[in-house]
Amino acid sequence: MSAGNAAGAPRPVIGTRVARREDYRLLTGRGKFLDDLEMPADTCEAAFLRSPHGHARILSVNTSAALDVPGVLGVFTGEDILPMMKPLPAKVAHPDLQEIPRLPMALDAVHYAGEPVAVVVATSRYIAEDAADLIEVDYEPLPAISSTAAALAPGAPLAHEGARDNVAVHVTQRAGDPDQAFAAAPHVLSETFTVVRGGGHSMECRAVAARFDTVTGQLVVWDATQAPHYARNALAVLYDMPEDDIRLIAPPDVGGGFGPKAQFYGEEAVIPWVAMQLRKPVKWIEDRRENFISAMMERTQTHRVQVAFDDDGLLIALKDVFEHDQGAYVAGLQVPMITLSTVPGQYKIPNIHTELYSCFTNMVPTSSVRGAGRPQAVAAMERMMDRVAEYLGLDPAEVRRRNLIQPDEFPYKVGLMFRDGSPLTYDSGNYPELLRGTLERLGYDAWRARQAELRGKGRLLGIGIACYVEGCGLGPYEGAKARLTNSGEVLVTLAAAPQGQGYETVYAQIAADAMGLDMSYIKVTTGDTGRIPFGQGTFASRITATAGPAVLRACQELRDRIFATAAVMLKTEGKNFVFRGDRVTLAEDEATGATLKQVTQVANVGKHGITLLRGVRAGLETSSYFAPERAAYASGAHAVVVEVDPETGRTEILKYVIGHDCGTVINPLLVDGQVLGGFAAGIGNALYEEQFYDDTAQPQTTSYLDFSLPSAAEVPPVELFHVQSPSPLNPLGAKGAGEGGTIPAPAAIANAIEDALRPFGARINEMPVTPPKIVGAITGTRGNPGSRQNRSE
Amino acid sequence: MEPDLMDGQDTADQAGARVVSLTVNGERRGALAPVRMTLADFLRHELGLKGTHLGCEHGVCGACTVIMNGDAVRSCLLLAVQSDGAAVETIEGLAADGELGPLQQAFHRNHALQCGFCTGGFLMSITAALREGPVETDDAAREVLSGNICRCTGYAGMIKAVRETSAELYRDRP
Repeated sequence: MSAGNAAGAPRPVIGTRVARREDYRLLTGRGKFLDDLEMPADTCEAAFLRSPHGHARILSVNTSAALDVPGVLGVFTGEDILPMMKPLPAKVAHPDLQEIPRLPMALDAVHYAGEPVAVVVATSRYIAEDAADLIEVDYEPLPAISSTAAALAPGAPLAHEGARDNVAVHVTQRAGDPDQAFAAAPHVLSETFTVVRGGGHSMECRAVAARFDTVTGQLVVWDATQAPHYARNALAVLYDMPEDDIRLIAPPDVGGGFGPKAQFYGEEAVIPWVAMQLRKPVKWIEDRRENFISAMMERTQTHRVQVAFDDDGLLIALKDVFEHDQGAYVAGLQVPMITLSTVPGQYKIPNIHTELYSCFTNMVPTSSVRGAGRPQAVAAMERMMDRVAEYLGLDPAEVRRRNLIQPDEFPYKVGLMFRDGSPLTYDSGNYPELLRGTLERLGYDAWRARQAELRGKGRLLGIGIACYVEGCGLGPYEGAKARLTNSGEVLVTLAAAPQGQGYETVYAQIAADAMGLDMSYIKVTTGDTGRIPFGQGTFASRITATAGPAVLRACQELRDRIFATAAVMLKTEGKNFVFRGDRVTLAEDEATGATLKQVTQVANVGKHGITLLRGVRAGLETSSYFAPERAAYASGAHAVVVEVDPETGRTEILKYVIGHDCGTVINPLLVDGQVLGGFAAGIGNALYEEQFYDDTAQPQTTSYLDFSLPSAAEVPPVELFHVQSPSPLNPLGAKGAGEGGTIPAPAAIANAIEDALRPFGARINEMPVTPPKIVGAITGTRGNPGSRQNRSE
Repeated sequence: MEPDLMDGQDTADQAGARVVSLTVNGERRGALAPVRMTLADFLRHELGLKGTHLGCEHGVCGACTVIMNGDAVRSCLLLAVQSDGAAVETIEGLAADGELGPLQQAFHRNHALQCGFCTGGFLMSITAALREGPVETDDAAREVLSGNICRCTGYAGMIKAVRETSAELYRDRP
């Protein structure tokens, strides 16, 4: 039984530019975002009171004035939710992690400005905010830690009273014999780089609503989350409820995720709980100010990186010791653990030492933000590749070429462990072709000539390159169900939830090819724990490589089951079937067939009390959970030409090229969209987005007047091409596409800016590279070309 | 439509409430609005037009952009009472009889939206700009788009959509 290529059967759609099914409702204002859902008329709204201090003891809380406000239904402090007050576990932990409990709401101390202290439930958000202002909290402020440098300083105050120190975890990874290699190497360069990464800044902030059904005992939670099953599982533990009694739904439309919405927050625990206590539906819609101070962000890493190399620029050893700002609590170690293994990138490096100091500070906890620890690692490595080239007087593209892992060296074992718990083993790729294609499209040689020519006229052009490898498609598994509905449609149910990626379209494409059925008979539904019991969530560019194969297999099995049912109905066992329109027909004889409706009538609807046709298996529903053997590795190269104005520090991007390899491209229209969108985030990361906290850990960037997101005026045109190296780890050959536009952008652009400033010998060691940093680098080093670092130890 | 003066449980706000009557997408509408209620909240919660979204509530992101008396405005920075007597257009009015208009079609064709949360604001900003005249270069399109923020698309599809729609709308005009 195979679909075959019979006349009238549909053509494959994987690999074609199918426009999205989601668009119509979104273009007409009928999207289904959480705050757009029609909730019951008695739904109340919640507002949180948040800590104004980076670090303080709570001496007393008085809620009586707030409770007296007309329209207020309830006020809850940490003391009022004690029955479910359990620590929220770290998403990614480590045996050496210093345990500091992260509670849903503060109890006797606060550890960052923005931490929830109380929640008010009222008939409107306006009233809830009025009442929250009337809660009196008596704080005793304590010294606060506002950077990893402050956290690690000798004699530093503690971010948490009673903690051992401010180090959450210290992890080292090694390959080869780096100590010996550094001691014997002919050349060693070292440098310190700081990379600040902003927040996710999804245009829809966080949002949670909940309704407790007193009749069925079921709690229904709507949550603008990337990971509905993860959130459901957390609630089941906190509330000590069976998971089936909690139905958690990520609305069909979630207004962007980018990482912070894949985490689990105290607010997500508090809102359903108070809805149960009050026996009223309750909704909390985060506002942007709250998002700035209480949604997780990625913030700052400081890298002290050292490379050893020979006269030809061949890398001998790499050492990177970095500090990661974990924030007030460890919500997860995924970001620094990814950084630890991303530094070596596309290069053959026999001796590697990477070392992490993850620090507690008194700022909002950090989490993955599109790129998730990789941009920092790539910056550390790729900035040093340019330094090696400069030191040896070689072309930076040539130095990279000499060190690249070659296409015949896969699977390539780096010698470190990846954050998924498996040895860092690149599955496939073609790094030389990515670099070659990128430089060719950039017009690299011509720009080098132009750069030299314009330098003579006092104009500062610079060219930057950055290559990367991105671990993606992470386990443990992702699931899908496929069912022939009573109306004769194929319904594909994904556990994963989308935030704009177009799952309703992409997974219909995969299902269509798996079944050989036209897409128009296939519907996709997402992100509802009531429809499929197990799932992980959308993060780490993992869904196409995990849910994709699950859909493929579930739909292949459903196809076979439908064909087997038709064979019994038509008494044509042993013959080949194909779909023609909504009919299951013999491949060789299109007149012999049955419609999907007839098939579902026999196998699913049935006739009450009448014996099923002999040989038909009842219930045309399949499910598949795909568990990849290990992570897949996407890759890419970015190259950029910039011109820098030394007076104003303005950087103009003259040309930008992205070479991208995410394995099999399912839908080029949507994959390009992912890369270009990621690129805009990369531009923000490279040039604009930087949050500030003062020395008392007070956030200073709390609106879009203080924090710049790139608009259309800041995002330059980009030329994008794909190399497709299918992953051998899943039947689709898919890898992740969500982050490749972002990851190397800060490194490439900073390299280009430093290249532009080479006549000044200026060093650009802090990213994002904002105008003041450029002017400072020029004025600080003008006439001082000796800032070049030679062998340092 | 008759405003329901008893509607709403916001008792604390009722004393300061006013009846706001306006034209929305060509239809006369009216409802009671507390004086401090923003136009965005009024459109969304009192008139049920949920296609206007709130991304920042401080006038920067542009997700809440609507057209009021011909001008693209931030409905998060206006009070509902300021719209009394005005003609307001929202995303819900763009698809006449459910058929996508030229700009909406161009957005679909060019994958100019992903999560779609900011899309309504962009559509209204562009609609207002295209009424003022054609947009004939990518840079001019960037300028039109630069008052709104999208975090998903990188704007490339939107730039194409603006150019294509402009060309279509102004094809036969001098």
